[in-house]
Amino acid sequence: MTNHNIAELAGVTKRFGKILALDEFSMAVHPGELLAVLGPNGAGKTTAISLLLGLARPDKGTARLFGLAPESIEARRQIGVMLQEATLIPELRVCEQIELVAAYYPDPMPVSRVLELTGTAPLSRRPYGKLSSGQKRQVQFAIALVGRPRLLFLDEPTVGLDVQSREFVWQSVRRLIAEGSSIVLTTHYLEEAEALADRVVVINKGKLIATGTVDEMRALVVRKLITCKTSLRVEEISRWPDVQSVTANHHGLHITVRRLLAADEDLHDLEVVSAGLAEAFTELTQEVR
Amino acid sequence: MQAAVAVPRAREWRAFALEAKFESLRMLRTPAFAGPFLLLPAALYLLFAVVLFGPALAKDPNTVLFMFMGFSILGVMGPGMFGFGIVVATEREQGLLQLRRALPAPLSAWLLAMMLMSMLFVALVMASMAAVAPLGHLHLPAMQLLGVSLVCILGSAPFCALGFFIGSLASAKSAPAFVNLLYLPMIYLSGILIPLPKSVEWVAHLSPAYHLEQLALAAVWAPHAGDPWVHIALLAAIAVVFTALAARRIARRG
Repeated sequence: MTNHNIAELAGVTKRFGKILALDEFSMAVHPGELLAVLGPNGAGKTTAISLLLGLARPDKGTARLFGLAPESIEARRQIGVMLQEATLIPELRVCEQIELVAAYYPDPMPVSRVLELTGTAPLSRRPYGKLSSGQKRQVQFAIALVGRPRLLFLDEPTVGLDVQSREFVWQSVRRLIAEGSSIVLTTHYLEEAEALADRVVVINKGKLIATGTVDEMRALVVRKLITCKTSLRVEEISRWPDVQSVTANHHGLHITVRRLLAADEDLHDLEVVSAGLAEAFTELTQEVR
Repeated sequence: MQAAVAVPRAREWRAFALEAKFESLRMLRTPAFAGPFLLLPAALYLLFAVVLFGPALAKDPNTVLFMFMGFSILGVMGPGMFGFGIVVATEREQGLLQLRRALPAPLSAWLLAMMLMSMLFVALVMASMAAVAPLGHLHLPAMQLLGVSLVCILGSAPFCALGFFIGSLASAKSAPAFVNLLYLPMIYLSGILIPLPKSVEWVAHLSPAYHLEQLALAAVWAPHAGDPWVHIALLAAIAVVFTALAARRIARRG
């Protein structure tokens, strides 16, 4: 394990029956970074996170957390976890759930502090089972934070949250990074990864497809996206040379725009933008299909 | 790389105590689940040993003791088998067990807390049985009542292990059915409520309920079959083997 990696998968292979979930896969988490793990459904993201959390063991290769075996309790005392599928005990009150989890960490935050930080103070006395799905996600976020973890695993943290709560989570994440924590984020919302991530890992079919900063990911895709309002039919534009459905490539851009304007005098709201993470992600994951 | 992070021993004990407290609280907050287990044994004893056969049993101390022991063992089996079986299966299905494994909470602390919760239930069952015993003309000295209660409380461990094992295999929906599949035949085939015909008495030896009943009888100096140490060894073996099998499966598959 490299000294500056706080969590690492090195050449791991993991099978579930006939399904090859990860194939010679490697990734590392550096101190103080937010690493977004992206990939389509069934790509191997959850398996990779499970191996790092010690919930499963690799068939081949190694998984290390703070230089230790991930299932060791010493390693787990340094992490916080928010799993997408996990529910908490429905009969217990929010403050009781947090108090219970806090008791297992060496230097936890006071319960009142974590309630305040995550905006869950008004829910403190309510049984977990009576909360809405968005409120449950907020409490799960509080559980993940309470141990003052050095490394936080957030699996789809903002699914089911309203805009305000999502912004609250984003703010908390940014504050944690500023305070020196590291975060591994898996998300379907590419704009979330784009807004928060220092680095991105893209997985598909159990293999590492690309890794780098968000800008580096964008640079992998050389194309421009044109949006406009026009009465021209999509089928007609897509027959033009150098046009990929509604998107023109870099070389064909001026020609295409000129032709667009020539073909439709009423065309308006024309925008030409570089590819974002979403386009980069789509292109990268389609290449290996 | 940072060295291992230590937690003081006192904090570990506090975490364990909190786990036990909250496990008990969650059960008490679901009275529909806890109520039948707490009330059923004493209610059945009152029905059979007092209301239906009270006058006849007044002249038959052995039968009334048999009934007292039978319903007490019934009270021991329920919380462990159903409590563990359903809670573990549900927590597995809802991902809570996976979260527990990812958190720095040792699985053993949770198991011990659940076992303590079951033992607390059995203690309450035995207190209710002790309270209603004289109504069926059963007058056991306080020390004997205490002794049989202790045997029953500690004797709940193998039933917790069986419930844990079923919970580690079954889904939340199927767990009650699987527990019943074991629980109901065990009540009959261990002969704790209805004596078995001589020809099939050997079947009872396969049941932990039978061995616990013999131990409970020994605790009140009543006639019992077999060596108490053999019963203790068998019950301990069931507890260890099924706990180990369930823990292994959960560690591997969650």
